[in-house]
Amino acid sequence: MANRIVVKNLEAGYGSVQVLHGVSVEVNDGETVVLLGTNGNGKSTLIKCIMGILPHTGGELYLEIDGERVDLAGKAPEEIVNLGVALVPEGRRLFPMLTVEENLLLGAYRPDARKDIDRNLAFCFEAFPILEERKHQLAGSMSGGEQQMLAVARALMSAPRILLVDEPSVGLAPIFVSRVIQKIQELKEKYNLTVLMAEQNFNQAVKIADRGYIIVHGQIEFEGKDTDELRENEMVKKFYLGV
Amino acid sequence: MKSKGHLLHIAVALAVVLVAFLITNSMENRYYYKASYVVLQYVVLATAWNILGGYTGYVNFGTAAFFAMGSYTAVALIKLWKPPLYVLLVAGGAVSGLLGLGIGYLTLRLRGVFFSIATLALAVVLQMFMTNWEFVGGGAGTAILKPRSVPFFSNYDEFLFFVMASLAVAAVFVAWLIENSWVGRGMAAIRDNEEAAECMGVPILKLKLFATTVSGAMMGIAGAPFSYFVVFIEPSSAFHLDYAVNSLAMPMVGGTTTWLGPLIGAVLVGTAQQIATVTLSAEMNLLIVGSLLVGFVVFAPEGLVGLFRKLRGRAMGRSA
Repeated sequence: MANRIVVKNLEAGYGSVQVLHGVSVEVNDGETVVLLGTNGNGKSTLIKCIMGILPHTGGELYLEIDGERVDLAGKAPEEIVNLGVALVPEGRRLFPMLTVEENLLLGAYRPDARKDIDRNLAFCFEAFPILEERKHQLAGSMSGGEQQMLAVARALMSAPRILLVDEPSVGLAPIFVSRVIQKIQELKEKYNLTVLMAEQNFNQAVKIADRGYIIVHGQIEFEGKDTDELRENEMVKKFYLGV
Repeated sequence: MKSKGHLLHIAVALAVVLVAFLITNSMENRYYYKASYVVLQYVVLATAWNILGGYTGYVNFGTAAFFAMGSYTAVALIKLWKPPLYVLLVAGGAVSGLLGLGIGYLTLRLRGVFFSIATLALAVVLQMFMTNWEFVGGGAGTAILKPRSVPFFSNYDEFLFFVMASLAVAAVFVAWLIENSWVGRGMAAIRDNEEAAECMGVPILKLKLFATTVSGAMMGIAGAPFSYFVVFIEPSSAFHLDYAVNSLAMPMVGGTTTWLGPLIGAVLVGTAQQIATVTLSAEMNLLIVGSLLVGFVVFAPEGLVGLFRKLRGRAMGRSA
């Protein structure tokens, strides 16, 4: 059963400031696609459009869930979550004054996920044993790396088919970045997720990406069919590898 | 297991109502009914405030507006055709609930202190409106005659005490239900991080409107019997600042994240105020509330419930 994200000539912005100028991105079933771009180029804006937090002003945006096309225009975030889309937000955006367990339960807010809540909680604790140890601790009192793990686990609680990950490396020590990236890869294989990851840490992102796009000033400047193509690209060499 | 917990709670709730009824059949002194009525009224108001302010994190300074709208809805109906009390309760709740819904729609984009200012302004505007509405007494106020007798009760004050006790039980029960549901969990998410809640698929718009409506309706229901209780109603008493301050301070003292907090806070602070009114002076009320509020915000920001949990956590940590 195929789950895809299709973005065609998408335009969006904030007020009178247009950020995305005709972005086209496709993520096919079971793929991990990375969206590369430095700050201010529109990565998070695209993610916000897919989640329904920001309405797009032009172009097409639809998902295929189990092969069935669902147009996202005008859909509220809770409807999109209920289609099976989960987000690991930039900067984690946990509920700092709630416990680890309460954070995880909130991940399963969508009605379809509530019935499997015990099973999914068990999966999360199995994947992230540290979270079980700390389940009664306030989320805000954990280290940055643990918080990022919690953000990933919380997204999985909704039993998603499509996972959006917005800059998982922000504010983390390199060793934690590697671990988080590794974990995303493991979980993707285990649950057969379709993953779109926005990232500016090239070396970390290509470890798990099948292919990728480079976004510059709200436009896709380059599409790499595999990681080698990305690595050979002049722009990547200049901006991300410092060659 | 869960349904057993439900049954226990329902049994306790019914027992409290029964005790309230038995008291009215055994106790004579009318002062105690008056004083208890005020405390119970604050249990309803504090619990109602807490659904929006404590659970959802939107601080409402306009309790007096919702309370007074319930009262004045009742006054208008009494002037028209003197319906039975339950009609007044339903009507007062409906008007204040609609007011809450409207305010929710108007102030959805306002967060933090801006929402609070808007609710404060609401109270001022509505008080001005009532002051100029002659039909319900206008600025001079109006006297309301309470029904002379009521079945099963020896006088109307005892009946009102029983009604308010039942309303308090119902309010706390509703708060408990909300707290232990997905609605309550979603509200906690909004309180803690609204943007994250949105990303998790929490329907924040619906939940906020639900909170403003339920909270407003409960305040309106609490206000509906008010004119029978005080016998003479005027805008400055129905819109009194006490309601806004107390219904905010009581949950703060008790603890805002559980149903128990506003209950404990209202009983303790409300009783202290009643005692102070008799022994010291009526003006000491707000002084007591003010000092308690400052004290708790500084020393126990999570209220008595939070303080108790912390102490118990420490004791368990020591014994382990």
